[in-house]
Amino acid sequence: MAVSLREYRARIKSTESMKKITRAMELIAASRIIKAQQRAQSAAPYARELTRAVSAVATFSNVDHPLTTEPENATRAAVLVVTSDRGLAGAYSSSVIKEAERLAEKLREEGKQVATYICGRKGEAYFKFRGRSVVRSWTGFSDQPSLEAAHEVSQALISAFVDEEGEGVDEVHVVFTRFRSMLVQEPTAVRLLPLEVVEGTEAPSKEEALPLYEFEPSAEAVLDSLLPRYVESRIFFALLQAAASELAARQKAMKSATDNAEELIKKYTRIANQARQAGITQEISEIVGGVNALADAQAGSE
Amino acid sequence: MAAESAPLRVELVAPDRTVWSGEAEMVIARTTEGDVGILRGHAPLLSLLTDAVVEISTPDGGVVVAVVDGGFVSVADGRVSILSDHAQLPHEIDVDAARAELEEARNVVGANDEAERRLRRAEARIRAVEKAS
Repeated sequence: MAVSLREYRARIKSTESMKKITRAMELIAASRIIKAQQRAQSAAPYARELTRAVSAVATFSNVDHPLTTEPENATRAAVLVVTSDRGLAGAYSSSVIKEAERLAEKLREEGKQVATYICGRKGEAYFKFRGRSVVRSWTGFSDQPSLEAAHEVSQALISAFVDEEGEGVDEVHVVFTRFRSMLVQEPTAVRLLPLEVVEGTEAPSKEEALPLYEFEPSAEAVLDSLLPRYVESRIFFALLQAAASELAARQKAMKSATDNAEELIKKYTRIANQARQAGITQEISEIVGGVNALADAQAGSE
Repeated sequence: MAAESAPLRVELVAPDRTVWSGEAEMVIARTTEGDVGILRGHAPLLSLLTDAVVEISTPDGGVVVAVVDGGFVSVADGRVSILSDHAQLPHEIDVDAARAELEEARNVVGANDEAERRLRRAEARIRAVEKAS
């Protein structure tokens, strides 16, 4: 009995230290998530102004740009999957990978080849383990994406899209986790290229004459510099959302881990107390039994 | 346009933050085609910027100077948006670093376009600080 009591005490101790770790991770994630949200918010004005400008060009000029033209029959599609670098975030990475698999399945059914691009170590490991080919992967910035990272990713995707040769792709999709709230994060798949500019500044076809935009040096040149930035900003947005979602998922996962540890500690403490009580009871009954036996023996000899 | 009587609303934004926003009387920016001055009631415009200084005259007579690394300016309905990958206000600029960068860039200039850009950027930074002080 005494052995198992010691065992239970050791178990309680290790659960307690685990609880400390998960509690610390929960608090770290909680404090970082505010920063991540602020970053996402401070990136919003740029994205908004950029969208306004892009839709202005799209609405007020009729220039065809390689990034906006729909290819006749798409045969290859690129999928960028945004996962996390580190685990311990519950189902965060696996649910975004699941969404990516669903999208890839759909694309294959449409007769397109899928080229996979990965952000984050978890996604990389997933594909490597299954021996599936990945065109390119980037790691090391999942919880604090920098603009440079977004720039690098968008450059690779744009050049793959513009490339007309064998390695080029006709479509670019992004799968990332949208941050709805602290409690809800949903994996989302969006098509990035060819661009569809849907958000009009205002309904352009009113009765009044359209404002005549001046483009300097020319509408083509403006689009040339505008659209890659737009793609970059969309990717940056996706990365920021993914970072906030990752932290939220981690906080949630760590909170439930801490709660579980608390439950376990409670359970083990009860069992340990029971075992201790049982040991004491047994000792008492042994002593009492011994005393009785002694008394009986003495009574018999007298 | 109704916006003609109201001051311009200016947003100077970088991808990760809003550098400056507020009302202005006039905005002077350097586009690839040359300097452009924007007053209230300006026709809609979308133009590319070079690495240079942007000047914003506020209604209270002050001047806000900022340095941008490329990007573009968009004008519509009395709104001016200046978007740039890197935009800085003078007090955020490290002058000594910019001077060192300028020296370094001068030594390698002519080597490639990148060196030339670095030179232009460093110059723009120093000019912005000088204008502000």
